[in-house]
Formats: sequence, C-alpha cells, structure tokens
Amino acid sequence: MGLTPRPESSPRIVQTHSDEPWITTRLDAFVNWGRKNSLWPMPFGTACCAIEFMATAASKYDLARFGMERQAFSPRQADLLICAGRVPFKLAPVLRRIWQQMPQPKWCISMGACASSGNGIFDNYAVVQGIDNIIPVDVYVPGCPPRPEGLIYGIMMLQKKVENERSSDKSLRHELEPDPKSQLYLAPQVIDELSEPFGNSVQQTRSGL
Amino acid sequence: MSTDPGTPTFAPVIAGSAIAAGDAAATPTTSKNVARVGGAVNPSADALKQAFGAGVRRVDVVWGETTVYVDVARAHEVIQWLHDEPSQRYDYLSDVTAVEFRDLEQPIEVVWHLRSLPFRRFIRIKAQIEKGQKLEVPSVWDIYRGADWLERECYDMFGIRFVGHPDLRRLLMWEQYKEGYPLRKDFPARGRFSRSEQLRQALAANPEARYSKEELSIADAFEDLPEDMKRRLGTGERVGE
Repeated sequence: MGLTPRPESSPRIVQTHSDEPWITTRLDAFVNWGRKNSLWPMPFGTACCAIEFMATAASKYDLARFGMERQAFSPRQADLLICAGRVPFKLAPVLRRIWQQMPQPKWCISMGACASSGNGIFDNYAVVQGIDNIIPVDVYVPGCPPRPEGLIYGIMMLQKKVENERSSDKSLRHELEPDPKSQLYLAPQVIDELSEPFGNSVQQTRSGL
Repeated sequence: MSTDPGTPTFAPVIAGSAIAAGDAAATPTTSKNVARVGGAVNPSADALKQAFGAGVRRVDVVWGETTVYVDVARAHEVIQWLHDEPSQRYDYLSDVTAVEFRDLEQPIEVVWHLRSLPFRRFIRIKAQIEKGQKLEVPSVWDIYRGADWLERECYDMFGIRFVGHPDLRRLLMWEQYKEGYPLRKDFPARGRFSRSEQLRQALAANPEARYSKEELSIADAFEDLPEDMKRRLGTGERVGE
C-alpha cells in the first residue's frame, strides 16, 4: 500500500435537470471520510500520559473538534485505542484482551515514550518494552509525556492514514497470530537480541555490583 | 448483612487521648533542628528493655525516630506486647517491609513501623535475619489484620516467609511469576528471563482467572457474579495457573 497510484478521490458535483444536485465519488473516499471524522477513542491510561490525554480532551484543546466527542470506555464501542502510559507485564494480557474485544475497523495510538518503547528508565523486569510487542500500533507519539499538541498531531496523522486506506487492501483488517512462515516474522531469539542493546539481561546489572 | 454477635463493636480512637494533661506531648508540635543521630528516645524503648531484657538488642535514634532491634524469634512477642500493654497501645501498623544491604555480609532486616495513636508515638521494630538463616519471621497478621497485604508484598519482593500468615501469595507480581524476588540485590534489573520469554509467560495468563473463590468471598462479591463465572469458580477452577 502507498506505492500504487490512487484514483482521484475528490467528489464531483453533478448538476441534473432537477434542482437537486448530487455527487459522485469513490466509495472508499466516502467511507474513510466518515471514519476519520468519527473516531471514537478508548483511553487506556496507566500513567502521567493519561493526564495529558485528559488535558487534550478537555475544553482548551478539545478533542471533540476531531470527531472524538464521545470517549468510549467500552472497547466494544471504540475505534481507536489510545494507550497512554507504561504497561507492566501484569497488564499485558489485559491490554491484548481489550484490543481483541474492539471491533474492526480499529486503530491504535501509542502515546508517549513508555508505551512506545519502555522509555529506557523503565527498562526493567516489570515493564513491557513497547506495546507493539502485544498489539499492532498505527501511530507513535513521542514525548514524556507528549503535550496535547503532540497528541493532536498524532491524531491528525492517524486521520490521514485512515483517509488513505483502500478497501481492496484486505491485509489491513486481518488479525493474525504471528506466523513463522511470514516474512515479517521475527524469531524470539532475534527479538531478544534487538531488545537488549547492552547485552544479555541476566549478566546485566545497573548498580555496578 | 447480619451482625455477628462475636464481632467487636466499633470504638473510635482519639489521637493523643491517653497522654496526661500536663505532658509536653499533649499538643502535637513539628520538631525543628532534628539531629541525624541521637536525641529524645521514645519511652517505649526503655519499657521494652525492661520487659524483654536481652531480647532487645539495640536501640537507635535516627532523625528523631526510635528504632529497636529485637530477636527474630521474639519479634511477634514484642509486637504483641506493644499492642496489648495498656501503657503502650500501639494500635496501628503502618508498614511491614525489609531491607537488604549491598554489603553481602550484612543481615537482611525486616522492619515493622508501629504507631500508637492514643500516645502519639512512633516506633520502628527491626529484626535481623543472619546470613545462612532461613528467611522466616513470624507473621503479625493475628495482631493487625492490616498486615495481610503488607506481608504479602514483602514476601513478593524479598522472598521472606511470614510464618502464620493465612494466605501468603504474591501481591504485585502475578502468582505464576517464576523469576525470583525483584527487590533482592542479586536480582538483575531486567529480570532473569529473556524479554520474549517474559512476554510469553505474561500473555499466557488469563486475566479473568486472577481471583480465587476465597478472595471473592472475602470481598462479599461472589454473590454478585454472573452465573457462569460462579459455576467456574465454584469448582475451584483457576485457568491462569
């Protein structure tokens, strides 16, 4: 996706014999327009990022301008999971279950450094090093915590992403367990190597003991 | 809920109510210029020395707070006495925790923070577990019900067994956690297992099977559960194991 040229999607107004004009457009463009302007977010706030999320949703920054008037506190009525804050291993199965409970189409924003990467300072025994270990993420918002402008920028990026989705691309809505035959599959050993910049976790101690 | 005739009736504790009228402690003050070591000793420390003799090993005053080192074997006895003795009345246990030092020769300390509301006193009881000894101390759950989770947390983080605790399970880490005790000095910051193994084990847990029937009955929540969940818990099933 993204490499194929897109057909023109701007709607054309057609003037007919009667006084009522009507428009033609691509169905994708119309559906995506509806989707991107009515993303119902489900906040999954576990730490200080959730405070910034609340500020974003409150009157000054006003998420409602982006069609997010309704915060869905049930995953079954949400389109967008905003994970704000660090996720400990104990919460990992909960977050995955919540993601599985959300109906398609669904998107995910990883808000802040902790949710995106574990934030370095939480590189410890209890914290998942990035929620993309558990669920797929569409947009990463950097910051510790990100300012409301940062989150809004991330949301607008996601809206662009939604706008450019193609219904012919079936892979977007597929939910797959990791498949060892896939090209994207990384073996657990490889993931370990990638996630440990300072060497083996068993030998590594921070206190210099 | 019916009132159990055996349940003691609620009696409010008035802070400072047991202090004599002319005593300087009758009006609470914020002390200034507190010395790091030394200063006024909590009178309970002397009372403890008289009552237990050699069972009390040492008394320290650090930052104006009194620490009493006692034998591990007599810790329960000492705390029971502090709780029951009318001249002490330590009726509030604010923390149970432990300390392990970097110096591996130093013993692990188990710490109880006790507060006497009627006398407005604070005392810290420490018991040192010598190297090579079993990490076991008596539980004070039978004296203070609030010790339940404090001791579970301490067991979770340090691996200290509180003998006599009715339900000594992990509290913060999940119950199937196999990597050890995170606050011990020999525990690597990232845990013992690889990241993918940690993640695999965490995701294998069933978040809905976290509570045992006993736990729910304590909270009186069992009756409010949906029928299917009641049935599952009633058979003792715990899927997350």
